Amino acid sequence: MKTIAELEAIRQKTLKEVGMRTDNDSIRVVVGMATCGIAAGARPVMQAFLTEIQKRDIHNVTVTATGCIGVCSLEPIVDIIDKDGTKVTYVNMTPEKVAKVVLDHLANGKVCSEYTLKENQ
Amino acid sequence: MQLFRSHVLVCGGTGCTSSNSEAIMSELNQNLVKNQLDSEVKVVQTGCFGLCEEGPIMVIYPEGTMYCRVDVKDVPEIVEEHLLKGRLVTRLLEASSQVQEDNQDIEQSSFFKKQLRVALRNCGRINPEEIDEYIAFDGYKALAKALSEMTPVEVIQTIKDSGLRGRGGGGFPTGTKWDFAAQQVNDEKYVCCNADEGDPGAFMDRSVLEGDPHSVIEAMTIAGYAIGATHGFVYVRAEYPIAVHRLQIAIDQAREYGLLGENILDTGFKFDLEIRLGAGAFVCGEETALMTSIEGKRGEPRVRPPFPAVKGLWQKPTILNNVETFANIPEILLKGSEWFASMGTEKSKGTKVFAVGGKINNTGLVEIPMGTTLREVIYEIGGGIPNGKKFKAAQTGGPSGGCIPASHIDTPIDYESLIELGAMMGSGGLIVMDEDTCMVDIAKFFLEFTVDESCGKCTPCRLGTRRMKDILEKITLGKGVMSDIDELETLARDIKASSLCALGQTAPNPVLSTLRYFRDEYEAHIRDKKCPAGSCKALLAYEIIEEKCKNCGLCLKNCPVSAITGNKKEKIPFVIDPTLCIKCGVCFEKCPVDAIKK
Amino acid sequence: MNANASGCMENDERIHLVIDIVAKHKNSKGALIPILHEVQGLYGYLPVEAQEIIAKEMNVPISEVFGVISFYSFFSLNPKGKHRVSICMGTACYVKGSGPILDKLKETLEIGVGETTADGEFTLEDCRCLGACGLAPVLTINGKVFGRLTKDDIPVIIEGCKTEDGGIVQ
Repeated sequence: MKTIAELEAIRQKTLKEVGMRTDNDSIRVVVGMATCGIAAGARPVMQAFLTEIQKRDIHNVTVTATGCIGVCSLEPIVDIIDKDGTKVTYVNMTPEKVAKVVLDHLANGKVCSEYTLKENQ
Repeated sequence: MQLFRSHVLVCGGTGCTSSNSEAIMSELNQNLVKNQLDSEVKVVQTGCFGLCEEGPIMVIYPEGTMYCRVDVKDVPEIVEEHLLKGRLVTRLLEASSQVQEDNQDIEQSSFFKKQLRVALRNCGRINPEEIDEYIAFDGYKALAKALSEMTPVEVIQTIKDSGLRGRGGGGFPTGTKWDFAAQQVNDEKYVCCNADEGDPGAFMDRSVLEGDPHSVIEAMTIAGYAIGATHGFVYVRAEYPIAVHRLQIAIDQAREYGLLGENILDTGFKFDLEIRLGAGAFVCGEETALMTSIEGKRGEPRVRPPFPAVKGLWQKPTILNNVETFANIPEILLKGSEWFASMGTEKSKGTKVFAVGGKINNTGLVEIPMGTTLREVIYEIGGGIPNGKKFKAAQTGGPSGGCIPASHIDTPIDYESLIELGAMMGSGGLIVMDEDTCMVDIAKFFLEFTVDESCGKCTPCRLGTRRMKDILEKITLGKGVMSDIDELETLARDIKASSLCALGQTAPNPVLSTLRYFRDEYEAHIRDKKCPAGSCKALLAYEIIEEKCKNCGLCLKNCPVSAITGNKKEKIPFVIDPTLCIKCGVCFEKCPVDAIKK
Repeated sequence: MNANASGCMENDERIHLVIDIVAKHKNSKGALIPILHEVQGLYGYLPVEAQEIIAKEMNVPISEVFGVISFYSFFSLNPKGKHRVSICMGTACYVKGSGPILDKLKETLEIGVGETTADGEFTLEDCRCLGACGLAPVLTINGKVFGRLTKDDIPVIIEGCKTEDGGIVQ
């Protein structure tokens, strides 16, 4: 038998998984996954985002793939789009860099400027 | 629990399962494994999305992209392009909507934009076989609220204030019904759910049971608390195997979580549910007949009063609501009666689900606020009439209802306006008819249905409907006389006045309604021996238009009875001998230049 | 009552299963219809011998059992063919032309509605709305759905059943 509190706990836990199916104002992590991106190592980057986000128990973040972003020399490229629509583009990403981006940007709201497109052009 | 970046929802409703959605799911899973995406992407089988015309349907989140008419062989492309590389497979996007590549969210497509999903809120969003997913979207929260914060009287008052009326046909205020049963003093009371959805062409109740069975379980438990019942029955059509299967899974899961059974949510309240299968008798959709059937007898209706709220199942106070009515209850308790009453018209609150079918582009389930016009439903949500044909009428309420002709297309749909037009809400089947549909034939179709389904208890219904059907048949065969119309009207009045239950009382409606708006069609059949819609075979005459005929000879070659003569070389015009013609229509179909008229 | 169910069932072990089914439901209220559903699942129809056992075990007159069976169209007193062809006569399918398709079925199978072909291969039934209105007009054969039909599909589908490869027409 479940109590009302236990019911609420199930709700919170499952919502993390299925919340993406409603209109929500989440932060979007968009990984460039065209052929060039995949060749440059976008797949492990994508997986690293998923592992790190789960590890740090961050909510309201969706991770999606997109086609070619257009600057193939800087792949893997990741856009992080905030709730208000501001976009930060990270370039030359690796799984190691992902860990820092998740911690700083997604968990604490601080842009990791050293990896951004601005700093690396 | 694993975090997936993407959820692929595949419709597992009856419509899409019929067009192979199961095979699509297994192909998806195989392709995900092949591309090593199986730890990132989750495949979920859901209930009906509503756009059955375009099925099988697949929706990919977080983007909310909807792919239509997906075939098994499209799956590898969807996995490699969309899921792996993030590129849309544009050729599978919903064809009728004006969606742009950057705005592919299903909520924005013309089919969904005007809809307001309350009863169908979880259909196509959750996996109906996972209770946790239902709980995630506030499932069983209304039950928890009722049991811990509200008295039964407060629950009933909230339902009363919301203005919710029965969605099964009659439109009786739900809160009032509950109040009657609550006031009865008895050691045993029952809550019943009518899922014996018999109106041909209506399938919203099935979709709710298939897509969101827990909402019905939760609502029935709340009803049990409100009226003081500990036991409930869901009476489901045996023709709905998927719905029965998912409902049983849901009941088992609810029991496991202690949401059914003893001491629910540790509040001391107890309630449990059982499924009872119907056995193919339309009359069992009538409340007293349904209860007689649950008792294990021939499902014949009985006299009211006493009403079921006083003496129902096994002579105990019983409430009976239909599936869609119950599906609204949890939302009303959570969001409040004012929220619900803010939708709809003065006397019809909330939303209504319609199963839109027939001659319409987007066949499917739509949920709209009461008061939406028929024009919006047909042209904006439904995508209009196929093949550029003209809208003639919409039929609502099934065999008990009537039709709304094109001249009333701007009427806001609610209980009262439909009655005024001689139709009725019914359970929400809405069949669209175009210029090719013969209204006499449709009336005959519904009468054939009633003749079959009359339980036989009352003579006027048993024999009267048969007489009406015979007359209609005579008219469609071109053997009618003008006095037949008067006789139809007399019979209709008598059957309505002297039948015990709603089946007989409403059986003549399809005839009365078509006579009201399409009397000229009846008269054309009788006086001119012509079927204006070109549908009644006996009244058809095929004729070759000489000016249009290109003398190709295809009609002659295809005619099965050699009723066509003519000669290409000798330039003898082609003609049909009406005495030999069996009106099979092959020549009409084969003619490449539309030179044959009927 | 039923010519097809001759008295050859004494040695049929299904009789014991019928007794078990009745025993399982006997004590719940309104048990007769659930029992009939299960027994029909066992035989494919409700032979008179099974009706007798149900009546005896439930201690009700057989007329009551028969009365319930004959009331509901889902229950059958006769064995069905190997392929149950069921054409949807719901309004949506009717408007989209299930009438001519039924005519074609009758012509192809040379039987009427409710009848079984002499070789026991096909039973033709009409049914109420299956709810697959998006695929109208629709028919099912042993539960498998064939949708968006035209008259010309019918011989192909029926032939397909005979050759046992299914004959998929979507």
